[in-house]
Amino acid sequence: MNTTLKLRDPTAESAPARRPRLAPPPSLDGRTVALMDIGKSRGKEFIDRLEDHFRKAGVATRRYAKPTNTKVAPLELMQRIAAEAELAVIALSD
Amino acid sequence: MPDSLLPNDGLVIVAKRDCPTCVLVEPVMQKLDRAGPLTVITQDDPTFPTGVRSVIDDHELERSFRLDVEAVPTLIRFKHGKEVERTVGWDRKEWMRLAGDAAAGDGLPAWQPGCGSKSVEPGVHEALIARYGNPGLKSREISVGNWDDPIEACFERGWTDGLPVVPPTDERILRMLGGTERKPDEVVGLIPPNLAPCTVEKVAINAVMAGCKPEYMPVVLGVLEAALDPLFTMHGLLCTTHFAGPLVIINGPVAKAIGMNSGVNALGQGNRANATIGRALQLIVRNVGGGLPGAIDRATLGNPGKYTFCFAEDESDPDWEPLSVRRGIAPGKSAVTLFHGEGVNGFIDQKSRTPEELVRSLAMGLFGVNHPKLCMAGNAVLVLTPEHYKIFKDGGWDRRRIEDALYQALKRPGRDLVRGAQGVAEGLPPSLADAMVDKFHPDGLLIVRAGGEAGLFSAIIGGWPGQSVRDECQAVTREIRP
Repeated sequence: MNTTLKLRDPTAESAPARRPRLAPPPSLDGRTVALMDIGKSRGKEFIDRLEDHFRKAGVATRRYAKPTNTKVAPLELMQRIAAEAELAVIALSD
Repeated sequence: MPDSLLPNDGLVIVAKRDCPTCVLVEPVMQKLDRAGPLTVITQDDPTFPTGVRSVIDDHELERSFRLDVEAVPTLIRFKHGKEVERTVGWDRKEWMRLAGDAAAGDGLPAWQPGCGSKSVEPGVHEALIARYGNPGLKSREISVGNWDDPIEACFERGWTDGLPVVPPTDERILRMLGGTERKPDEVVGLIPPNLAPCTVEKVAINAVMAGCKPEYMPVVLGVLEAALDPLFTMHGLLCTTHFAGPLVIINGPVAKAIGMNSGVNALGQGNRANATIGRALQLIVRNVGGGLPGAIDRATLGNPGKYTFCFAEDESDPDWEPLSVRRGIAPGKSAVTLFHGEGVNGFIDQKSRTPEELVRSLAMGLFGVNHPKLCMAGNAVLVLTPEHYKIFKDGGWDRRRIEDALYQALKRPGRDLVRGAQGVAEGLPPSLADAMVDKFHPDGLLIVRAGGEAGLFSAIIGGWPGQSVRDECQAVTREIRP
């Protein structure tokens, strides 16, 4: 059964109905990139390589990890990433 | 579309057990069933009527809606899959004309009116249109996933003022539109800052989200029209760094009709009409006009009234001239006054016993609006509570006399107010040093009555410095249309 709820747009409809993704930043200068290991096998290797590339490019990084790959990231972890970094790479290396 | 459960040729009766006339004609329905093809569509009880072979349970009311049934019982004759005749209620002659001798109803009265169909009950009809019909709404549909909370979806889309909103479904919007005689596609005006056209339908959507009831719609539309009067300068009020936002004051019979609060805690929380009408205006400006805090809304601090700030005047004393009448609306008419108001400044005077004492005291409070040394910068609303008003009334003072006395009491020598005077840099230009200076423009102090019976307090609501240019920016009063 399709139970999708329909709402009506209260705005002037000057923006697309489907919200666009955030535009990528024009530059990584002065920004911190969060590198989050979601806990899948070999994710750490992938993030190590990324971290190495960012370091060579002079971009600051911080490492984070989900406690388990079977559940969504805890709210506290998401809030910490939002507070400490401007961008995030979620690593999936299967 | 033909309904496969209905007879191609034969009779259909729509009925409900809760209708005495339907119960009265139950024996007729049984006899008609024996005489030929009959289908009874029953709205509230699938076991009613007894003794009829083809009974369709229509508690969802889809068939009643599709057959456009307004009252029960409704007897319909179908031929070749199409309705050819119908009659409503019990009328022996009509039933016999449609259904023959089997519909004679021996022993029944010749005529008895029916009852309203459940499909046209208030609120139900709009829900059925939304579910099975064409709601005719023009606004874009936004889908919310099966497992998503629609209230959270509204937050994520940026449609809220920070508080949860009522999700604007077709059913709710149609009910809201039922509160006005105006057409959904009528353009009310261009909403600042983006000057986006706003239809009555968009007003209804935002009124739903604000939590309004349909009967508030004429007031919400009146408030919006007042806000769009160029003299109100909504765009400037929106983008100011000052505290002010739109303050809504309602006068006239509509205030009582929709249950607005003009008494205890009139400027506070707890009354749905007060709370949601003011909020609807803010949501329209936000959603249709694009007036977002931090974007075009540059308020340094803002004030809590920017969520909603709306109350009704206490018109219980026939000796008191209501604010709307004072501002040119005919007595007995409903009206909205919109003022550029900052927060509520409580004024306490528990010692004055004469009108003269209280006027001098109130003037001291009013001098503080914007800054004690600024004049004709922002205007003010003075909310007189019953105990303070009683002092004036007992002294035989009416509105005009209070206004005149306050106007005189609010004059001061310019030399005390010019920049640097009293050791304070803020103040009036030096050129006014020799003048007597009014605190407000001549019609800049709006006096309104509201509040609970106890408390020798009044409230001063300071205005926006944009009001200093009197010809460009003023409070606006408009009659509310149905």
